Formats: sequence, structure tokens, C-alpha cells
Amino acid sequence: MDAILLQILNGLDKGSAYALIALGLTLIFGTLGVVNFAHGALFMLGAFCAVTLQRLLSLSYETIDETKTDFLGNPLKVKTPYVEGWFGPEVGGAIIDWAVPLSVIIAIPIMVGIGYAMERGLIKHFYKRPHADQILVTFGLAIVLQEIVKYFFGANPIQTPPPDALLGVVNIGAAFGLEIAYPIWRMVYFLFSVAIIGGVFSFLQFTTFGMVVRAGMADRETVGLLGIDIDKRFTTMFGLAAAVAGLAGVMYGPINPPNYHMGMDFLVLSFVVVVVGGMGSLPGAVLAGFMLGILESFASTTWATTTIPGINQIIIYLVAIIVLLTRPRGLMGRKGVMED
Amino acid sequence: MSKFNVTRRGAIKTTAAAGAGLALPTIFTSSAYAITNNPTGGSVTLGFNVPQTGPYADEGADELRAYELAVEHLNGGGDGGMLNTFSSKVLDGTGIMGKKVEYVTGDTQTKSDAARASAKSMIEKDGAIMITGGSSSGVAIAVQGLCQEAGVIFMAGLTHSNDTTGKDRKANGFRHFFNGYMSGAALAPVLKNLYGDDRKAYHLTADYTWGWTQQESIAAATEALGWETVNNVLTPLASTDFSSYIAPVLNSGADVLVLNHYGGNMVNSLTNAVQFGLREKQVNGKNFEIVVPLFSRLMARGAGENIKGIVGSTNWHWSLQDDGSKAFVKSFGEKYGFPPSQAAHTCYVQTLLYADAVTRAGSFAPCDVAAALEGFEFDGMGNGKTLYRAEDHQCFKDVLVVKGKENPQSEFDLLEVVEVTPAAQVTYPPNHPMFGGDEASLGQCNNGA
Amino acid sequence: MLGLNKKDMTLLIVVAILTLLAPFILNPFPVDSGMAQFNAGYPDLMQRFVIFGILAIGFNILFGLTGYLSFGHAAFLGVGSYAAVWMFKLLSYNVVPAILFSVILAGLFSVLIGYVSLRRSGIYFSILTLAFAQMSFALAYSVLSNPKFNLTNGETGLQVYADDPQILHRDGLPDVPHLFGWAMRDNFLELKLGGWEFTFNNGYYLCAAILLVVFYLSIRLFRSPFGLMLRAVKSNQQRLNYTGLNPKPYTLAAFIISGMYAGLAGGLLASMDPLAGAERMQWTASGEIVLMTILGGAGTLIGPVLGAGFIKYFENIFSKINDNVLHQWFSFMPDGMEDFLVFIVHPFVGKGWHLTLGILFMLVVTFLPGGLVEGGQRLGRLVRSRGKKPEDPKDPEHHPKETPHVAE
Repeated sequence: MDAILLQILNGLDKGSAYALIALGLTLIFGTLGVVNFAHGALFMLGAFCAVTLQRLLSLSYETIDETKTDFLGNPLKVKTPYVEGWFGPEVGGAIIDWAVPLSVIIAIPIMVGIGYAMERGLIKHFYKRPHADQILVTFGLAIVLQEIVKYFFGANPIQTPPPDALLGVVNIGAAFGLEIAYPIWRMVYFLFSVAIIGGVFSFLQFTTFGMVVRAGMADRETVGLLGIDIDKRFTTMFGLAAAVAGLAGVMYGPINPPNYHMGMDFLVLSFVVVVVGGMGSLPGAVLAGFMLGILESFASTTWATTTIPGINQIIIYLVAIIVLLTRPRGLMGRKGVMED
Repeated sequence: MSKFNVTRRGAIKTTAAAGAGLALPTIFTSSAYAITNNPTGGSVTLGFNVPQTGPYADEGADELRAYELAVEHLNGGGDGGMLNTFSSKVLDGTGIMGKKVEYVTGDTQTKSDAARASAKSMIEKDGAIMITGGSSSGVAIAVQGLCQEAGVIFMAGLTHSNDTTGKDRKANGFRHFFNGYMSGAALAPVLKNLYGDDRKAYHLTADYTWGWTQQESIAAATEALGWETVNNVLTPLASTDFSSYIAPVLNSGADVLVLNHYGGNMVNSLTNAVQFGLREKQVNGKNFEIVVPLFSRLMARGAGENIKGIVGSTNWHWSLQDDGSKAFVKSFGEKYGFPPSQAAHTCYVQTLLYADAVTRAGSFAPCDVAAALEGFEFDGMGNGKTLYRAEDHQCFKDVLVVKGKENPQSEFDLLEVVEVTPAAQVTYPPNHPMFGGDEASLGQCNNGA
Repeated sequence: MLGLNKKDMTLLIVVAILTLLAPFILNPFPVDSGMAQFNAGYPDLMQRFVIFGILAIGFNILFGLTGYLSFGHAAFLGVGSYAAVWMFKLLSYNVVPAILFSVILAGLFSVLIGYVSLRRSGIYFSILTLAFAQMSFALAYSVLSNPKFNLTNGETGLQVYADDPQILHRDGLPDVPHLFGWAMRDNFLELKLGGWEFTFNNGYYLCAAILLVVFYLSIRLFRSPFGLMLRAVKSNQQRLNYTGLNPKPYTLAAFIISGMYAGLAGGLLASMDPLAGAERMQWTASGEIVLMTILGGAGTLIGPVLGAGFIKYFENIFSKINDNVLHQWFSFMPDGMEDFLVFIVHPFVGKGWHLTLGILFMLVVTFLPGGLVEGGQRLGRLVRSRGKKPEDPKDPEHHPKETPHVAE
């Protein structure tokens, strides 16, 4: 029982990342009709917002400690972050410690800005072009973004630890007499993604802006004929999608240390998630994200891999095939979206 | 193959001069030369084939730095590094046999296909007489096979799988790096001292050849101590999140977790294991422990704090205090500003060993070079006295058991050496069943065209 | 001639000349010059150009004609390679059975995948093919290489060992892939003309001959009623249904043909270099095929081949330019200037070749919507209109005009 609940939690956690990325992808598909292969790169850029902030906060000045030596036998240069110099080691240390949550604040404007720039500078020229061209240009962009990050940060993963207060595990089953120890930060990630998903849905559901966008998704031309500048709103939606992907990346850092190709690792999976959910369906994307996350977790258990060797390698693709063959448009897809 | 003279200095001059030669067409057939890419001009070209893109790009970059340093030293530049401490004294800083050392570089992308394409271009286009480098076993074995067919020497870079000098050993291929068996043999006694002989181990293993051979080696070595292997779970190479593999460890009754992972897999699985609080656990009345059999300092940086107190093995570490290591760390550190990694060390040493073997053999012919390397005993290159065994072209030397340092003094000071396991303890017979048994053979050495 | 119209015949002849003279064309710089770095006329790369050309031609039959975007085509390439190496292991190093078997096996594989995947269209089809390919990759990399049942040899790649049966192997035959004793890796001629060197490789000419055959076949296919039917599938499948025709058999046939082309390419890859790695099946490899085709110009005859050459050139040539080479190039400049130029160029070459490739993808697709072929056409038009200008400057009828798009 404990083991099953634990795997469900793992699945929800994995699913959170899938769902957030897939949500952004679907927003872009649904509103702009663009196949965005650079979406994984946006996720990666988000994570590197946190890395950058962490680096900025730990910018240091050097003092020479004569008592110790470095690897060449010279006196050791001890680095002290400026922040600690200014605010004292206590407060300064705490600021550095909270770098990841703090980055959420800076990541939002940065990611929205990147999204805007991408849409206005590049993507808008490709609305009327075939999907194949969109794939090529966004794939090219993904490579470029990735290589720029690699140039500055290297190829190895970079540790972005959570704040000390959120380290460690918590037994969330204690109230029910169960032993379910789960890392605190993973719980935070799950709750965070639920909040973001909820935020996006209520934004679309309850604001006038959201209503217009939804109308535009359903019938772009008619909304345009009503005298509404739908393109402008769609640009905003692109910024929003970029921010969702970016935030998913920022908070993901403490779970697994970010590296420059993490976007590509998620890209294919998130496309599968979007399609399994059904093209153009936001609830579908979220549902499929969590579903595939949970299935992946269960497929990783010893029980599953001994029953069917290698099932953990292929589960997501197997499920995708089964879903697409039984439900032609994925779980909740709309008719006529990206079918030609 | 006919010869290529790949000096590209003074490009403009030669272009002009080359035009004059047009009037004299000559035809060479492949039989004109006895060995592939025999250097006949004033220089010799080596091919450095390292990952420059993909997850191992940083290790590749460090390997490349080491190669550049080795070439500098061979050509008489810099402070000479390990040339001064190397027990063989035939290298005198005038290149290899009086020929200036030049090099070409390529990108393996950590894919066997791309690595072979890159190596082929070095052999076919640039006239490389020796190929070296790489940061994974799949690539090393694939390129080693290619060099065997093409008739050039392959000096393996970072490759830890038993197969490289086991069932896939080749007459033209040589490995300085240690292997999975040696990791197990070196770790086992230390693990016994630290954690006792009554332990239950849970293995997480990367699901491909290297992972399997390492898991097999470690399990065998620890079971010989009296440890029990509770479970071995294979994880897909493409996994990025290991939570669903780590979670079941908690209830399995195991009190040691062995992570047979390398690179990004290792960083993530270790991070996840620490996240799930395994290190604070008490199981069977003992502290829960994590073991990472193959450590790499470059990757350990990615794991950050999580590495502290974790035991593993490594080929070499910059903090070693023998003359060879000190000389190397000094030249490398002064040139680049940070200490070299174990990959850099292996690549540097391999280049010097090749140059030395050529000089001692007095020939670039791969068969002569191989004969000079076979059974060659040397010292002064770090790791103490080392033997290049003739039967399988594997180096036998001391293996380091290391532990993540609790109080690092600098960003490079991540590992501390717990024990130096003597070479005798990690030596195995060449026909060991984990190394292809009696069937494994080097085959015939190949001089090429 | 050969059932081709004049225009197609010219194209075929041009392609034939280009491929047969490739050792000259691709080695324009003397070996001792600084520009020799850009020479691509060595056997391995020439073989790759041609083999990936075949792959892209095949992919284009499916994608260019029917519009079905397969994102799992690399699976067939991988299956073809494995099939060929298994033939080497079991029969002999002769490439003929290897290539035949790889085409057949890839064909069977594509029947299976195609039959299932073609039940959906659009992006659903793409994801189905992607899923099949990724499953093949994952299984080939790990499960299918376990010691008890080693079909693929996993990470290292499938290769031939000395203790393999090779039942048809006879003494006197080369111990490398060969065509009835004619070793693929040997060069039948190495020509040295002044500072230039040209290599004529057996394997390359085998690949080139096969390329010409399959290129001819693809022209015939493009011009045939079957090709027209495939185009009809692309433009409007529903209309086709209304006329009482079932498009399924046609698309399935195109899928299988295209899978067989990929299998052929895989078999040739293994014949040139007897190793089959699992990475050949990964989604990045499938993506590369898609990129090649779009980059060159989807739906055109020659475009995919150009795209394949373009990408392979960058992968193999630009990745080898290191700082040392850069310093040699710019060594004639004053020191400060030299360092500055090296600093500027450095991020784009060597380990930065991906960056250059990414930038070029974006530039090409943004400014040449029809891919490299359109670039060629524009260039051609430019040259032609310049040549014409003095003769006929006033003729307004013959200015190149944009043809209005019917769909808009």
C-alpha cells in the first residue's frame, strides 16, 4: 500500500513537469497553430534563470588565506560572496540559500520577454507557412538557445539546491498511520504546478481577456471580424506559454540539476503528452501529463520490469500508441486540429 | 593510402607554390606504402577524437586540453611535465623520432556512429597515424574496432567497461584507464572496513553494456565479502528522474545502495537518493550507505553537496603526491588555471606512452608500436609502477578509492583519497570469465595498407 | 530517353556527372593549403553524402508527395543496418545479400509500422511513427542486447567477430565488406596532381551507382500515375474518398517504398563500415532526416539530397576546425588581429558546430521558403536575367513573377 502510494506521488511529480510543459505547448498550438520545437528550450532557459541568479548572488570577492594552499601550492584565495559582505553572513547566506524560489520572481518577466521576442521576431513570420517549416525554424532556434547556454555554463549539470528549510523528507502518511516519506521539495513542485495550472485555467475561464482568447481559439476569423485584435492577444498567450514553461524549469532545478540539453530530453516526451491528451485541448494536456507520469512510475517498479522486461523503457510510447489507436484524437482532442 | 603532409602553416605561401607542381601528374596506388599514413615529412599527425557536443562535452574539453599539453611537451614546449618524471627517458622534446607532432581534433558526439565517422575522416583525410580519446565505452570499443581494421593504433581515453580489453580487445587498441572489475576489487576491502561484512546491497544499474559489466563486477566483489545483493534494477539510459527507482529502496530491507551510473545519470540518481533522505536512514540497525563505484570529479561537481561522504573509485586524482602527478598538475594548472580531471590524466599519459613506444620501437608501424607497448613496465606517470599487459593491452596499476570530502577547501577539492589499492590486488588472469574467457583474443595486429 | 522527359533527363545527367566526379568536385583545395580543411572528398564523407542522400530521397517519396510526416524513419535505417551486419555475421562479408536482406527486412518492418500508423493522419501519424521508432531504439539499446539473446549488441553496436559463422566465407576473400572480392574500403585509384589529391574509393562508387538507380526510380515514381495519386492524397484526401478511391493502399505503398529506401541506406552504411549502432534509430536521427528534407526542399527531386549533403558536411567538416587551425588560418595577420578573429570565429566552429548549424537552419527556412533548391533557383534566375538584360531589357512579360498560390 505504502509502495503504491509512493509511486503515485512519484508519478504526480513527474507528471507535474510533463503537464506544465505540455500546457504551454498546447497554448501555442491552440492559439497560434504553431508547432514549437523550441518549447523544451524555454523550459531549459527557465532552469538557467535560477542558475544565473544563483551565480549572481554568489558573485564573490577574493581574500588570501595564508594558512591554506590551493592545488598548485600557492596561498588559497578564499571567496566571499558580495551579498554576504553587504548583509553579513547570516542574511546574505539566507538570500543565496533561497536563490531558486527567488528566481521565480525574476523568471516571470524574463520568460514573458523571451516569449514576446520569439513570437514577434520569428514565429509570426511562420503562421502561414507549412508545419514542416515551423518545425525547422523552431528546431534551429532550440539548437541555438541550447548552444548559447552551453557556451556560458558548460555541458555538465549544475547543482541548484533548494533552500535548507525545504530540504529533507516529510512523512505525509503519518496522519493515516502510513509510512510515506517524501522529499519536501518534490511536494512543493507538485503544489506549485497545480497552482500554475489552476492559474492558467482561471485566467482563461474567468477574465474577459481569456474569454476572447478562447473564442479566438475556436474561431479566429469571426473574432477578428468583431473588430478584436486577436493577434495581439495571441502574442500575449505566447508570452504566457513561455512563462509557464520557464517556471516549470526554475522549480525543477532542485529536483534534478539543470544542464543545457534538458530541454531536448523533455521535448519529445512533451509532444507525446500533448498528442495523447488531444491536440488543442488544455485539460487533455494536463490529464495526459499526470497519467503518463503515473504510468511511467509504475512501469519502473521491479514487479513491472520482471513481468515484462524493458517495459520501463517503452511504456510512454506504448501507451501513446494504444491511446491513439483507440481514440483517434487523443483523450480529449478536438476534431480538425492538426489532422492534415 | 598515400601520404598526406598536413602542415597548414604559411597557408598562403604553399597555395601559391602548389600551383607550380601541377605540371607533374603522378599516380600512387595504395600498395605504394607498407603502413597506413606512414609519416614521411617532417611532422606526424595524431587524431584526438573526443566528445565536443552532447552530455560529455566538458570531459571532452578537458581531454583536449590534456592532449594539447602533451603535444606541447612532446615538441619541447612548456616545462616538460611528466617527461621529466617518466621512467623511460627516450623522449627528448623533439617531437616523435625527430618529427614535429601535429594534431587534428574531431567530435565523437558520444555516439559510436559519429565517433567512427570522425575517426575515419582523421585517418582518410588528415593522415592520422594514431587515434585516441573518447568518454564512453561504447565509443571506445567502436573506434577501437575501426582502428584495428584501418591499421592504426588506438589509445583509449576514458572507458571503464570490462569489454574494452575483455571480449572486445583488439591488437591495435590499448587502454590505460582502469575497468569495472578493478573498481570492484579495489572497493570491496574498503567497503568491508567501513561498513562491515554483513550488508544488503541494492543495485541501480544503467541498462546498457557498461552498466551491466560494472554491476556484475561489483556484485561479485561484494558478495565475496559476504554481502547480499538484494536486488538489481536496470534503469533506462534516457532516464532523467530516478524517483520511481529510489522510492522502492526504502522498503526493500537493503542497507546499501550501489549506483552503477555514470555522467548525468549518476548526478541525477545520487541527487534523488539524497533527496529521499536515504543517507539519514537507519536500516537493520546500521546507517544506510550509498556507493558510487565509478567517480568522476567533473561530474561530482554537478552533484554538489550530495557527494559528501560517498565512497567510490577513480583512476587518478590531482591530489596525489607522487612526482609524476605533481609535475602534471603543475603544468596543467599553470596553463589552464584549474587542476586536471582523471580523463585528462589518462589522455595525457596515453599520448606520451604512444610517443615513447614509437621511439623505442624506432618505427611508426602499428605492429612495432604494439610490440613496444606490450609488457612495457613504467613509472612516474602517477598511479605508481604500471604494466601494459601483453595479453589484453590493459594497464595494471594502483587504483584509488575515494570519498566525497566533507569540508572542501575549494571548488576542485571534492574528493579525498581513502586508500590506494595496490596493483596486485586488482590484477586478474587475461582469460577471466568477465573478460571474454578463453575465447577472447587480440587477433592479429594490423599495419594497414 | 529511359522514359524521362527532357528536363528530368537533364537533371539525371547532371546528378550522374556530379556524383561520378565527386572526388574531384569535393576536393577543390590543394592538400597543403589552409583551405584543405574544407575538402570533403575523402571516402567516408563521400559515402555518407550519397547514403544519406538515398535516405532523404526515400523520405521525400512519403513526405514530399503525400504530406505524411514520419518522425520515426530512422528506425528503418537502423533495422537495415542490423540486417546487413547480421548477414555479414552469418553468411559472409559479401555486400549483396546484406543489402538485399536489409531492404527486405526494412520493407517488412515498414509494412507493420505503416499499417498501424497510417490509420491516423497529421500530427497523430507523426507521433505514432515516433513512438514506434523510440521503442525500437530503447529496446535495441538495452533489452535486445542482453547476453542471453544478443540481437543488437547495445551501446557498442553490432559488429562482426572472428568466431562468427560466416558460412559462405572462403579463403582469399577480403576480411572486410566486399563485392565479390572487391573490398569496399579500398581505393582503386589515388590520383596526385600537383598539390591536389583525389581518392577514388570502391565503396563510394558502389553507393553512387545505387544512388543513381534509386534517383532514377524516384523520378519515374514522381512522374507516374501512382505519384499523381500520392499528390492527390496530399492536396485533399477527402475529395479522393468522394471519387470512390481508397487512398490507404497508395499511402501504405509510399510508406513501404520509403521504408525500403531507408533500409537500403542502412544496409549501405553497414556495408561501408560494418557496425550498426542503436543511435541510428533515436528520435534525433529521425529528426535529422526530416530536417535534411525540409532544408533541401521537400517535394523536389534533388532538394533532399542537397539537404543531406549540407548537414553531413557541417557535422564532419566544421566540427574538426579547432583553435589551432584557426590560428593557422589567420597567422598572416598581426597578432592582436589574429587573436581577435580567432575569438570571433571560435564559438561557431569545432565544438560549436551545432550553433552554426542551428543558425543556418533558421536563416535558410526564413529566407528561402522552398529550401536550398529555391536558393538554387533564385540564383539561376538571377544569372539568367542578368545574361538576358542586354539583349532584351524591355520585355515586361518575362520578368520572374511570383506565381499566385492557389490555396490562398
